[in-house]
Amino acid sequence: MQFTSMRIPIETFQLDNGLFVSLSEDHTAPIVAVNLWYHVGSANERVGRTGFAHLFEHMLFQGSADVAANEHFELIQRAGGTLNGSTWLDRTNYFETVPSHQLELVLWLEANRMGFLLPAMTQQKLDTQRDVVKNERRWSMDNQPYGTWWEKLPALCFPANHPFHHSLIGSMDDLSAASLEDVAQFFRTFYTPDNAVLSIAGDFEPKEARALVEKHFGSIARGAGKPPLAEMSMPPVFGQWKREVVPDDVMLPRVFMAFLSAPFGTEEYYAASVCAAVLGSRKGSRLYRALVRDRQIAAEAQAFTYDLSKGSDLLVLDVTARPGIAVELLEHEIALEVDRLVAEGVTADEMERAKKLIQTDFVASMQSAGDRADRLSLFATYFGNPSLMNDQVERYQAVTVERVNAFARQRLREDNRASLVYVPKEGAEGELLGVGAAEEKQ
Amino acid sequence: MTAAAPRMRRPVPGATRPYHFPRFELRRLSNGVQLVVAPIAKLPLVTIIALIDAGAVCDAQAREGVAQLTAKLLLEGTEASDGAELTERFERLGASVESHADWDVAAVSVTALSQNVREALALLAEVLRSPAFREREVERLKAERNAELLQLQAEPRGLADELFSRFLYAPASRYARPDGGDAESVAAITRDDIERFYRARYQPAAVTIVVAGDLRADRAESLLAETLGDWQGARVQAVTTNDAPARRTRAIHVVAKPDAPQSELRVGHVGIPRTHPDYFAVVVMNAVLGGLFSSRINLNLREAHGYTYGAFSSFDWRRQAGPFAVSTAVRSDVTDASAREILVEIDRMRSERIMQDELSLATSYLDGVFPIRYETTAAIAAALANKVIYGLPDDFFDRYRDRVRAVSAEDVLSAAKTHLQSEALQLVVVGDPAVVRPPLEALQLGPVAVYDALGRPLST
Repeated sequence: MQFTSMRIPIETFQLDNGLFVSLSEDHTAPIVAVNLWYHVGSANERVGRTGFAHLFEHMLFQGSADVAANEHFELIQRAGGTLNGSTWLDRTNYFETVPSHQLELVLWLEANRMGFLLPAMTQQKLDTQRDVVKNERRWSMDNQPYGTWWEKLPALCFPANHPFHHSLIGSMDDLSAASLEDVAQFFRTFYTPDNAVLSIAGDFEPKEARALVEKHFGSIARGAGKPPLAEMSMPPVFGQWKREVVPDDVMLPRVFMAFLSAPFGTEEYYAASVCAAVLGSRKGSRLYRALVRDRQIAAEAQAFTYDLSKGSDLLVLDVTARPGIAVELLEHEIALEVDRLVAEGVTADEMERAKKLIQTDFVASMQSAGDRADRLSLFATYFGNPSLMNDQVERYQAVTVERVNAFARQRLREDNRASLVYVPKEGAEGELLGVGAAEEKQ
Repeated sequence: MTAAAPRMRRPVPGATRPYHFPRFELRRLSNGVQLVVAPIAKLPLVTIIALIDAGAVCDAQAREGVAQLTAKLLLEGTEASDGAELTERFERLGASVESHADWDVAAVSVTALSQNVREALALLAEVLRSPAFREREVERLKAERNAELLQLQAEPRGLADELFSRFLYAPASRYARPDGGDAESVAAITRDDIERFYRARYQPAAVTIVVAGDLRADRAESLLAETLGDWQGARVQAVTTNDAPARRTRAIHVVAKPDAPQSELRVGHVGIPRTHPDYFAVVVMNAVLGGLFSSRINLNLREAHGYTYGAFSSFDWRRQAGPFAVSTAVRSDVTDASAREILVEIDRMRSERIMQDELSLATSYLDGVFPIRYETTAAIAAALANKVIYGLPDDFFDRYRDRVRAVSAEDVLSAAKTHLQSEALQLVVVGDPAVVRPPLEALQLGPVAVYDALGRPLST
């Protein structure tokens, strides 16, 4: 199949129980990807159970009525497939890519755990996965330089009662408190066909795939609905310059500077995304040129957006200092670059560079069946319309200099900044054998 | 139970559908530049990798890091454009470009839309043929390497990998020092060293251009003949390094990170070269030991004991013998128990034949996942690059799946007995010595010594 003008074929249907299904055929290789998004993430956790959505994701690999613990992994790998799951603030996903003649195995496995998870849940499995997740927390956060930014930045940007405020990986105490009853309740509330979307991309016949989906998922009962989230809406700006300084076991200061930004999928989002690319995508970006290449006060510089679709998105600048550079100087220089962009706007050349890079990345990401299935699920979950993925290149192309400048003028000012600043804690200053660590270039 | 739905039976797989690795053509320009082209028309995208026989093993002693700096400096300015302008010329095309040197080769990789491939190839030729190595950029990249080395001291994963190599190889081995060089060697590197290295190694006869994507072989050849055809140069000598181990008996090296909540653990020894005839048996053996999620080591440490988020083993494939390592991060107070379990699993591989079920899991995974590995132009180009680097036969990819399936339990046992050396294992632990040292000593696996983050012995 040829992907004419970057559009992929998409068809959709919905089962009576509410499961929304997207199919995208491509017979260039005998591979098929299955991707299931549940519309639940850490935002849905209740007080005292931070980290539960993610712990629950681990439990989904501990078997179901007809599948033994860890057998899901074994069956998919034995079939020659790859698989994993991931948890985010507002969704949890499970995905497999397998040789195409194994499609039904994947659908059976996913349906078995959507329909019949609880008979397989035991205290021992929960205790083991709790230990695994605590180790995941240590590995990704507590024993990793700057690792805590994952929970500190959302906590700094969203107010305490906001669903995005609390830690996704969870606190050790809350993980300890999670019970089997929590598992049952979470499963009944959120892991229902009407709270999920299923996407299949790759080498399959749509008719057969549809019949298989109906066979395996069709008789799973719809859920009773989920409790509404707490208020998600945010003002367009913070109203102040927030700042938190974190002494950590690190060698070099690092500044995360976040701005409240337009939710994913809005017209303003695409302007924000292009603006982020102008500021911090690759070596031709403003931050890299100014801070890494010209002034040589930063070792690394990048910018990205969280792509949150509800309430508010975040645009984040992430810059690490060169040895010997004071964090105050670094933050000041980042702010000057942002001020300059607000005052002078972006040039047509910069826009062109940013859009071209985004376009190449988009085309490259369309190569993998797993990535295509994931994007289908994303647009189906957030907007009920997977075909939106075919509009992405056009939506980026439609962004104008005026829109980026308007975005910058509203969102990048001093009253909409949150600085999360990591500094080496007392006594952690490093020594570099052979040269002074504080060697500095002016 | 909420659902009263009928439970479906386990499905039986349908018939397998045919797959072949993308066809590719081998060509050679008159000046010796080699070409490997795999035309793939699925999307208007092309990945190009220029491979140069200029890896880190070519570094002179006390100048370790030259190969990597040279490769990175290719993108920091040519005679025609300074670094900022050169970057802009690539990025205005929407092309992503990256350069680095690993142990065996230097590589410049470009991915671009096919409508821009002519300009992208011309730029690639320019960076290969006329890099400027401006003093300012040399000094900047040296300083960035220093920042990296400094960061490493506080980054337990990278630190464990780095010091594992240091403790594994004989001091004379290039593999014993970081591929990007250490603070001392990098400080000593001058612009002249870079220039000399470039002139000695970056010669047309030592260059292969790999192309995968929406570009036909004839077109690729004519575009490259335009830009690289008149590049003349001298022959290049092959370089090898000493890959001998530092010790032949077990030792435990604790790298002190006081108050660490977790220990980064590496257990292993010097492995075998990529071109070793036992390659397939070793790959299958490693999959069973620690290569898969359902491997013995991961199921033991993660799923049976909850000691870790994950544990895996790998052979680092190089032209010469790279490390074999079991890698994991475990809760500090079970560091000794984890080390013991890893040793048990290694010994069990060497003493008992694996079960048929374990063998079929490993071989059917490696066989079945083969097409999934090559979905992207970048992955196909990287596979073809490996073919070039290790001199793999032209039919390697076509025969791969048969050769995996041909490995027997007996082959696996014999590979484990030959290539896992229980007595030579080196254990590196980046962790809190107060917590991990006494129990590790009590295990009596071998002598325990404590070091700082630069690998200098600490007397305790």
